[in-house]
Amino acid sequence: MPEISLPASLQGVEAVRSVRTPAQLDYTFTAGDATTRFLKGITQKKIIGQQATPDSRVYVPPRGADPELGATTPIEVEVAQVGTVTSFCVVNLQFYGSGMEIPYTSALILLDGADLSIMHLIQEIPADQVRIGMRVEAVWRDDADIEPTLESIKWFRPTGEPDDVNVRIPGEKRGTGLGSWVGGVAPTELVVRNPRTGLGGTVADGGEG
Amino acid sequence: MRDVAVISFAQTPARRSVPELNEVEMLMPAIHDALAQVDMTIDDIGFTCSGSTDYLAGTAFSFVSTLDGVGPWPPIQESHVEMDGAWALYEAWVKLQLGEIDTALVYAYAKSSPGDLPMVLTRQLDPITVGPLWADSVSLAALQARALLDSGKATEADLAAVAARSRKDALANPNAQLAWDRSVDEVLAEEYHIAPLRRSDCPPITDGAAAIVLAAGDVARSKVQRPAWIRGIDHRVEPIHLGLRDLTVSESTTIAAGKAGVAGGKVDIAELHAPFSHQELILAEALGLGDDTAVNPSGGALAANAIMTAGLIRIGEVATRISNGEADRGVAHATSGPCLQQNLVAVLEGEN
Repeated sequence: MPEISLPASLQGVEAVRSVRTPAQLDYTFTAGDATTRFLKGITQKKIIGQQATPDSRVYVPPRGADPELGATTPIEVEVAQVGTVTSFCVVNLQFYGSGMEIPYTSALILLDGADLSIMHLIQEIPADQVRIGMRVEAVWRDDADIEPTLESIKWFRPTGEPDDVNVRIPGEKRGTGLGSWVGGVAPTELVVRNPRTGLGGTVADGGEG
Repeated sequence: MRDVAVISFAQTPARRSVPELNEVEMLMPAIHDALAQVDMTIDDIGFTCSGSTDYLAGTAFSFVSTLDGVGPWPPIQESHVEMDGAWALYEAWVKLQLGEIDTALVYAYAKSSPGDLPMVLTRQLDPITVGPLWADSVSLAALQARALLDSGKATEADLAAVAARSRKDALANPNAQLAWDRSVDEVLAEEYHIAPLRRSDCPPITDGAAAIVLAAGDVARSKVQRPAWIRGIDHRVEPIHLGLRDLTVSESTTIAAGKAGVAGGKVDIAELHAPFSHQELILAEALGLGDDTAVNPSGGALAANAIMTAGLIRIGEVATRISNGEADRGVAHATSGPCLQQNLVAVLEGEN
């Protein structure tokens, strides 16, 4: 440590060990084109995904760009309000801003017809019974309370259908039951198909084909 | 040193606010345009680098979402700087110097409209002693302008002349946000905004995006007739504490200009990232520019100042004028931080 020499007026004064400098910035957020169109669908109690071309992935929720094609997603496709839990976590901690009673379950849900999972709550089932592959359906607020927000869906609840034992991760065309590992092979460049050129990723080398 | 050139440049029209689009939606036209100009897709690009800051729109990890706009699948080599895109271009240039890639895509964007920009920019100040004062960016620039006027090196009329010339030149720039034709006297007749700065001495607040494609050697020559070769590029930073600096000069610009080789030939044009009128005077002196250099023919940052983007646009504006034959040799400058804290200088040149 370098020697610090203080003026006489500060000698013997207790050293400052920390400072608190609170900061707040306010923003007026706009959702943008893709999310605005999606949220307008929500006000009709419809879950409308978007895609860049008729053959490309269906994104729910849409964020403005298809990351495979680097393109906007003008095509709208209504997807099912039923889907499969692809991952979840049980929240056991109360935290600021959360009105939820613990424990509760937050899950990634791949809706039928979609290629991207949405994050939402799982309710109407004890938290320790939620599992990957479980089939769930959307539970909406009362019609009078529907607003352009994903919170217009209160939560998802089990449909009672048999589990999807071949649960696929979002983006894969066929299930593996093992997440992104196809035939025990990690998704290296060899098995990744280039969606723009169509090169790579054949069935023979373990890709999507 | 490996020959590396700017081979394409695109920008979105600068606007005060683009509320109908999110960041990636605003950015994509610039990326698509820059790639299309040289008939390339992301599959032809060896490295992608971007410059932006999440503080502007208040959207955490927005630079990850905007990466979707390039189509980063299968996985690409990519990096991001929380700085102006000119520094992203520098990183890409270094990567090209290593010789493992021949092409790079650089982009930058800013949606400043959702927040209160001068307040947002206080968050880049020293967080212990200066940040808590919420010293906004315009007030700090005014401190610098006052120091310059007091030094006797410039008058308020000199500042007004920069403001008037920049906005008049901007009339010919279809992407400019602020363009008009007023006399120096008309500018001087304005009331002070934050003394000694008048509104005309200050930049507009801008939403916008820009993209550049870089290529090395023969790849550049095969794509465009007259690549804008980067003959030198360097950047330097000064202390964060304003009190440690002489605000009337830009030492870091002078050093960077020396390293980049600005004095090695005639400078036909210079695009200086000077958001405030007095800063152009400081920079022109630091760069050693003479009367034979056309400064900011685009109108500069006084005509459009997308944060994190306006510096990259300066490089693009110089490159465009070299590629189309308007100029043979030019200097591009970018700045970052309060009162010209950090500066980048690039020398670009065409082949005859």
